[in-house]
Amino acid sequence: MTGPEPVPGDARPSLAVWKFASCDGCQLTLLDCEEELLALAGAVRIAHFTEMSRASIAGPYDVSLVEGSITTEEDARRIREVRESSRTLVTIGACATAGGIQGLRNFAASGEYARAVYAHPEYLASLDTSTPVEQHVHVDLALHGCPIDRGQLLEVVTALLAGRRPVLPGHSVCEQCKARGTVCLLVAGGTPCLGPVTRAGCGALCPAVDRGCFGCFGPADTANTEALARRLISDGLATDALVRLFRTFNAGAPAFEKEGRAHEPRHPAS
Amino acid sequence: MSHGTRRADRTFAVDGLARVEGEGSFRAVVRDGVVADVELTIFEPPRFFEALLRGRDRLEPPDITARICGICPVAYQMSACRAIEDAYGLRVGAEIAALRRLLYCGEWIQSHALHVALLHAPDFLGCADAVELAQLDRPAVERGLRLKRIGNMVMETVGGRSVHPVNVRVGGFYKAPSPEQIAALAEPLREARDLALATVEWTAGFDFPDVEADYLFVALHDPERYAIDSGRICSTAGLDTDAAGFLAAIVEEHVERSTALQSRLFGRDDYLTGPLARYALNREQLGAPARGAADAAGLGASCRNPFRSIVVRSVELVEACDQALRIVESYGAPHPPAVDVPVAAGTGTGATEAPRGLLLHRYEIGADGLITSAQIVPPTAQNQLSIEADLRRVVELGLDLPDDDLTWRCEQAVRNHDPCISCAAHFLDVEVVRR
Repeated sequence: MTGPEPVPGDARPSLAVWKFASCDGCQLTLLDCEEELLALAGAVRIAHFTEMSRASIAGPYDVSLVEGSITTEEDARRIREVRESSRTLVTIGACATAGGIQGLRNFAASGEYARAVYAHPEYLASLDTSTPVEQHVHVDLALHGCPIDRGQLLEVVTALLAGRRPVLPGHSVCEQCKARGTVCLLVAGGTPCLGPVTRAGCGALCPAVDRGCFGCFGPADTANTEALARRLISDGLATDALVRLFRTFNAGAPAFEKEGRAHEPRHPAS
Repeated sequence: MSHGTRRADRTFAVDGLARVEGEGSFRAVVRDGVVADVELTIFEPPRFFEALLRGRDRLEPPDITARICGICPVAYQMSACRAIEDAYGLRVGAEIAALRRLLYCGEWIQSHALHVALLHAPDFLGCADAVELAQLDRPAVERGLRLKRIGNMVMETVGGRSVHPVNVRVGGFYKAPSPEQIAALAEPLREARDLALATVEWTAGFDFPDVEADYLFVALHDPERYAIDSGRICSTAGLDTDAAGFLAAIVEEHVERSTALQSRLFGRDDYLTGPLARYALNREQLGAPARGAADAAGLGASCRNPFRSIVVRSVELVEACDQALRIVESYGAPHPPAVDVPVAAGTGTGATEAPRGLLLHRYEIGADGLITSAQIVPPTAQNQLSIEADLRRVVELGLDLPDDDLTWRCEQAVRNHDPCISCAAHFLDVEVVRR
């Protein structure tokens, strides 16, 4: 597709947004910066962003934001191309950082999912796995969340523009609950909550509506999933429900994957 | 790409279709001056939601299926809730129903504002995108962004956040917003209604290609109000059924060279859902402000020009703001915020109107409360045949245009229906060939 040529002397850094297997919600977060969008579009040259523009400028790009997981051979090739044309590559969201909800296929038998949905699975070009971007190419920075947080996205973009390291939390949702003054659902009510092992970033939204955290932002930096699992089981959570709790949008994040597998029912050897 | 016009053999192709949600492309082949082939290709990889839902708890589909679409997560949450509540014969009270509709109005406002002002309007004004449009008409883009912000504000207040809200559960909500939180939405919604009225006036003044299509319209219809999440499924050909009846009336096909599960209606293949269908079937149910705006825009009893869908979508923006405002003004917090959901076997179907069209869910649930089968029929899967028919029409009528202009017009013909390709492509993938 043709688009405007780069204006000679345009010194603005270029920004590209790429999509792989995903829901578009994380790139929508960029458009959800309603009050900042036009200012942002002035500070950076939006060079490739098909959800927003029919114009596309050829690389290289200063910053690439990558949404989605890798689920086809073609996408495995395309992500290498994106890497080669990007100075800084930032993965945005649980699909790109952990394989997403579609990563549940990694726990199923080969071909099982395709057979369940399609009459002719042989027409599909899908891989049996959904993998995070970092399993394919080097990633400079990962922004977690399902979806990512608007404030964190702006922090990343402004930090990169200023040439500094963005400030992103590695601690758990618990700290955000304390900061909000939310009473602990797990301690006070025995509600299953992944807050103690989940990375902060959403603003501890779920406990604020009397709901246990379900792990949208994936594991915190030093997540003790084993201790939490013991506590949830002693509070009466069934092990199959515990496995499901760890297996949603960040099922492929190593700490969650390991804890889920530890509680899988043991099948008798056949 | 070559530049002559009226040549006998031409091919138009756009590989990365822009300003749609998801990844698609199209190709039209003209042979001997006649349109030989039109293909809308969706190269979004499938994510197998219907498979991964098996074995999940009956309470999980609202959160899981929200992840099908970041632009219309509430539509997925609401159709999922309705289907599972149907499986158990549950009825939510009037307060919960109103709060759900308020959340849904927020989604309509943000999604329609995004599409009208940022994704679709640039086509009519010769701009590549909203940033370029802002150089031409900054107030128009700022108005769209403000509308979108207010839609998101409604979603954040009721749902906790705008992309993948966290407060929705089967049976209702985790926590009802306080009357003060809801009352704070009144002023922004009044502002939004005015901005939406100005948007109708703005879009009605665009130049539209002269194209009319013989659509079979299908939409929810509720005699009480302009249907968003209630009513029966009706068509302009006299269909009047419930969600389960409708699923029985369509076939989903998996054809060779296409992993598309295309929806076809018995007796006639293609049908159209979305704003044009809703307006044609539910015009009488529009509130006074939206009806007045539609009349002033000259929309008439129905609109069959797909390019004018931007005007209808703007009228629906007025309606969504107006319905939301009425809910806000009479809000009573539901106590409790949700009805209990049993652990039991059941089968249920639910349908609601996503901003881009009808969305159906069906679940079979075992005695242990785990899902044994899931079926999701998204709007873009249903609209796909109509979009291809539009493309063919647009190419036939535009053979005199230079290649670049005709290609752009084809892109626009796809965007007319605000396709949610990443929704559809979880079920229909790769390539669609109209024979």
